[in-house]
Amino acid sequence: MRKKWTLLTSMMAFVFILAGCEPLLVLDPKGPQAQRQANDIMLSIGIMSVIVIVVMVILTFILFKYRESKLPDDYEPPHIHGNKWVEIVCVGVPILIVAYLSFVSVKSNYIVESAPEGYENQEPLVIYASSSDWKWHFSYPEEGIETVNYLYIPTDRPLEFKLYSHGPITSFWIPQLGGQKYAMSDMVTTLHLAADAAGEFMGRNANFSGKGFAENTFNVTAMPQADFDDWVKEVHETAKPITESEFEKLIEPGHLGQMTFTGTHLEFSPAPEHAHNEVSDEDNNESHEHTNHEDHTEDETDHSGH
Amino acid sequence: MEFLERFAIPHPSPAIYASMVAIALVSIGILAGLTYFKKWGYLWREWLTTVDHKKIGIMYLVSALLMLFRGGADAIMMRAQLSAPDMKLLDAQHYNEIFTTHGVVMIIFMAMPFIFAFMNLIVPLQIGARDVAFPRLNALSFWLFFAGAMLFNISFVIGGSPDAGWTSYFPLAGNDFSESVGTNYYMLAIQISGIGSLMTGINMCTTILKMRAPGMTLMKMPMFTWSAFIANVIIVFAFPVLTVALLMGTTDRLFATNFFTTDNGGMDMLWANFFWIWGHPEVYILILPAFGLYSEIISTFSKRNLYGYSSMVWSMVLISLLSFLVWTHHFFTMGQGALTNSIFSITTMAIAVPTGVKIFNWLFTMWKGKIRFTVPMLYSVAFIPLFTIGGVTGVMLAMSAADYQYHNTMFLVAHFHNTIIPGVVFAMLAGLTFYWPKFFGFILNEKIGKVTFWLLTVGFVLAFFPMYITGLDGQARRMYTYSEATGFGALNMLSFAGAALMAIGFVTIVYNIYYSFKNSSRDIGSDPWDARSLEWATHTPVPEYNFARTPQISSSETFWDSKKNGHELFKGEIEEIHMPNNSGIPFVMGMIFFVAGFSFIFALWVPAVISLIGIFICMAMRSFEKDHGRHISVKEIIETEEKLGGAK
Repeated sequence: MRKKWTLLTSMMAFVFILAGCEPLLVLDPKGPQAQRQANDIMLSIGIMSVIVIVVMVILTFILFKYRESKLPDDYEPPHIHGNKWVEIVCVGVPILIVAYLSFVSVKSNYIVESAPEGYENQEPLVIYASSSDWKWHFSYPEEGIETVNYLYIPTDRPLEFKLYSHGPITSFWIPQLGGQKYAMSDMVTTLHLAADAAGEFMGRNANFSGKGFAENTFNVTAMPQADFDDWVKEVHETAKPITESEFEKLIEPGHLGQMTFTGTHLEFSPAPEHAHNEVSDEDNNESHEHTNHEDHTEDETDHSGH
Repeated sequence: MEFLERFAIPHPSPAIYASMVAIALVSIGILAGLTYFKKWGYLWREWLTTVDHKKIGIMYLVSALLMLFRGGADAIMMRAQLSAPDMKLLDAQHYNEIFTTHGVVMIIFMAMPFIFAFMNLIVPLQIGARDVAFPRLNALSFWLFFAGAMLFNISFVIGGSPDAGWTSYFPLAGNDFSESVGTNYYMLAIQISGIGSLMTGINMCTTILKMRAPGMTLMKMPMFTWSAFIANVIIVFAFPVLTVALLMGTTDRLFATNFFTTDNGGMDMLWANFFWIWGHPEVYILILPAFGLYSEIISTFSKRNLYGYSSMVWSMVLISLLSFLVWTHHFFTMGQGALTNSIFSITTMAIAVPTGVKIFNWLFTMWKGKIRFTVPMLYSVAFIPLFTIGGVTGVMLAMSAADYQYHNTMFLVAHFHNTIIPGVVFAMLAGLTFYWPKFFGFILNEKIGKVTFWLLTVGFVLAFFPMYITGLDGQARRMYTYSEATGFGALNMLSFAGAALMAIGFVTIVYNIYYSFKNSSRDIGSDPWDARSLEWATHTPVPEYNFARTPQISSSETFWDSKKNGHELFKGEIEEIHMPNNSGIPFVMGMIFFVAGFSFIFALWVPAVISLIGIFICMAMRSFEKDHGRHISVKEIIETEEKLGGAK
């Protein structure tokens, strides 16, 4: 038995050394949402390690004390039915742990599902992130620009991602800024993020979506608001406008490099917002043709009701 | 020519052509062998038409082991492809097919038949019954499973394998994004074997409720029977959901309905919900019988009664109820909002409480015991800490806000393998070693068994623990490749090494069976492990009628009572025994289902309709058949009993 425990301990040590070399993406947060999630993860790893250690200690003790080779030949194990107090402890302690973690979990749910902490008073930057096989299209309706496979964001400003898909279900994920959320073709989901620090981050589709899934990634660059504004200005001066026929070509299955356009595809191919409200789909599409994308704040719908 | 084109493989490779040749050669070899050794009659009389629960159990066992190797071959290819950055072993399409079939084969065609094998072999013996409640239905269940499994396994040589993941989420699995017949195979093969599973569920519930030996109240049932009962109740409630979802998926693909499409009023999220309303209870269908096996094994090799019997039962009942209330945790990231996620986060974590009770009960069963480290016990002892790690990572995943970071990553893959391998696979191997002598008359070699155990345990730790780390480092699951810059290379290589050790471990099981068959002593008596519950009270190997006289039950450990406390297990005279007759109809129906499934997959409507009619004819024949079974005479019973070692 001892061999196994040395093995397990050395495995654990190995894990920690490896984890120590370079911070793991999820545990190296660069925004308040990812920070909250990393805190939850570290808290649960801590509590869970205690449980695992307790179980292992009890098990090791029992295995050493009660193995046959250590006991006299005539030892007859007793018949034990159960003990009320032992059972109360075995039920009570897990209930307390689960209750505490539930409390943390519920609180975190409401935090990650609303504007990032510390950014509540700022006007969020709204970005529509839509996936097609196997690319990401980022539309900035307020700035009137659109990019493919790369994302520029200002730091210290709340970001509100409106996610949907032109194909299979995908999942929009920038590990260092916060957890993922699905993008689906018949509704829009909202993901609240913010970046505390400038830098380059990895973003990807995390949900399997077919042949080109592995390469379905995008680069995220966070920069101060002033730099971001410069970039927007530059795009307006240099990039070509996006047209409907061009966009149709972009969403064909395949891979593309990074691209930049002025205008957004939302103007001629709106996002499926409210698709599951009582309004029928046709009415909805029609009303969207006339919607000014500036008043996105009205679209702050939570999809919990659907 | 155009007609034949549909059967071609859409993405051929030399490996697939080689497999085609291998399959053809093996099939011809089997057919030729059966003919040469004149075994057709034996095969038909003893196996294809049997309704004996023990033989059906053995057929499930053999199928499960075969499928373990099929699913394992998929696994080792996946780990090899990911062992280094930018590996060129498999392309994206093949990788996608392989992880899809790996998941389906391991859950539906390996783990399910494995637990059905033990339910069939053990439950009637543990409750002192002669067979299950509906022996012929039981045979049909097996042949439907078998038809489904064969159908699924020919997909990669005829028409192409499914490639949308074992969860087969729409719209990816719809016609727009999965054009090949692969997903049709998924829908129909699982449907056919799922119908079989549902029948087993009904059959086993009836057996356990109605056929227990006199004196065996519910709270005197052995723990494995309890776990099997609860698992089958879950089957009865969960499988109809899968049946309906698969039917809707099939009509979407074949008849252009719009249940799961993204336009015309369809809803892709509906599939995800249906799938997991079945899918989550499904994991408890697998794990509860495993818990039952561990309970039997730990108490036998600790020479102690099971600690906290009633809390063991109640915890399983609670787990079965909660298992239906947690499905949303498979897609916390679908955007249901904080309230829904909070509710499902709490129900999910709540499962940790009854599961924790079970872990502590096993620990206290060993406490003050006299522990013998046999191979089945080694698996059980390794199960406790490893499953605890799998369980606590489950609690971590249940924290929905944090799950946004774990979801779809290797962390999740590590978690569910961490529960399924030490939980289910180790239990099946422990059960296999434990019950092998009961059904085959010899003990598997302990030394080779220990080598297997260490290979699998060390291999498991090496293969799956690194995934927790790469998951947290941003490695998404189901990626067929990654770049060097990601830094996932070293840990994935470690995973591959672990997977290779496990592969060697599984091969040693086959070697062990061969070696023990040649060398093991056949003189082992009927109770080689000094066991406690009723299944050990009959002869080894078990006669077809199980018990010559119906046993009288004193407690959940009747056999132990009869050995130690002088409880009289068998009273009265031997009487004539009524047994069911063999029937070829279940086998024939299974084959017709295979043809029907194949026809639907390729939209061949004429054979589809003909085979559906054939199924109804078989059912009608059964309805009008007068078959009252047969009787084994007292003389015959006494002869068998004497031959097997004295009337017990």
